[in-house]
Amino acid sequence: MRRKLSLLAILVALLIGSAASANDNHPHEGGHAGTQSKKDSPEKVKSFIKHHLKDAHYFELFHGAKMPLPIIIWDEGFKGFSSSDFIKVEVKEVRAADSTITFQKLGINDTVAKENKDYLYESQTSGYSLFHGKIIAAKHADIQLKLNKDGKKKLVSHSALLDFSITKTVIMTFIICVLLFLAFRALSSSYRKGPIPSGFVRLLEPLVLFIRDDIAIPNIGEKHYKKYMSYLLTVFFFIWFVNLAGMTPLGINITGNIAITLSLALITYLITQFTANKNYWGHIFWMPGVPVPMKFVLMPIELLGTIIKPFSLMIRLYANITAGHVVLMSLIGLVFFASNLFSLGAFFGLTLFLGVIELLVAFLQAYIFTMLTALYFGAAVEEHHDEH
Amino acid sequence: MTIPNIVGAGLIVIGAGLGIGKIGGSAMDAIARQPEATSKIQTAMIIAAALIEGIGFAALFAA
Repeated sequence: MRRKLSLLAILVALLIGSAASANDNHPHEGGHAGTQSKKDSPEKVKSFIKHHLKDAHYFELFHGAKMPLPIIIWDEGFKGFSSSDFIKVEVKEVRAADSTITFQKLGINDTVAKENKDYLYESQTSGYSLFHGKIIAAKHADIQLKLNKDGKKKLVSHSALLDFSITKTVIMTFIICVLLFLAFRALSSSYRKGPIPSGFVRLLEPLVLFIRDDIAIPNIGEKHYKKYMSYLLTVFFFIWFVNLAGMTPLGINITGNIAITLSLALITYLITQFTANKNYWGHIFWMPGVPVPMKFVLMPIELLGTIIKPFSLMIRLYANITAGHVVLMSLIGLVFFASNLFSLGAFFGLTLFLGVIELLVAFLQAYIFTMLTALYFGAAVEEHHDEH
Repeated sequence: MTIPNIVGAGLIVIGAGLGIGKIGGSAMDAIARQPEATSKIQTAMIIAAALIEGIGFAALFAA
């Protein structure tokens, strides 16, 4: 009882803290200024969602609680510094006749039209700056943008540098990996004590059995499923845990990052190709049971199919999670524009409803990824069967 | 986003929705006829729906 009470107290304190820090954003708004804040808040929500979907070089729990993360770059040798080294510089755009844009530092009293204002972060100790999530080896005076015909601004290329930074996504991936390791370490060591696991890990056993009995064996077959089990279990629990972590208010979005899903799909692709048997390659390059001219037509199609399969795995997971986060955050954003109590309740209910749906989607996407992976593995090791 | 893009995205959503709706409806029929095959039907349904969804998302990115 006492433990529950203290937990509740912490929750309430967190809520009040975040509400208070949210109020700090607009200390002078309210009353008559309310119309002004209403006018530009949709843009604020939009930019907030955009920032949430992107990776970041800092970890922000709520407004004001920013944790710097290390920045590691390769620019003719490895260099590392903390992201707290970056300080914000507000600049104004200067457009030249040949559609190039350069930046000029804004003074304190300068007023510039909103669409001509921009900002970037400059390192105090080195010559790097952070411009909308991208590290550039130049200060604001040397940065050049080019205005394309479609009205989009594009960075004129600077000296190439590779970004190996421990970003928000990377650090959360590490944490999830450690969590998974601890959980399954506990599960495996509990089998040494007895046949039935005890405690929290008892929750994991039915899921492991579910992967084995409902995904691996029906799709791959009794004979070959064992060598794929480790990968299937890893990929299922990794995606599921990561998706669930994305539903926490920590503001992380790991599987909504196409590089992560690309890596997962690439591993699936490589395992499929390297464990495939003669029969699998035979079906790609010399399809049995069709006339010879047709075999030549089918060859490029089948070859393309091997790439399209992991590609669709990548897009599906990425798009589902991104779409879920956008919808959920837009609904949360709508709560701030509610003009009466009824719409406030409606938006709140809708947010809750979609949040629960997203919990289902988190599991479903992990399941589908694992299922389709098992299906592709199954096709790779299928034994030759006689023509009917 | 231009107007053709929005119309295209709408068409994609209509198509994918019709497709997944048909799969779901047929799966419901099948489960009603053979309740003992529920788990098998569900698996096949989810795979087919996921494939349509993947194509739908790919098209949405192109639009």
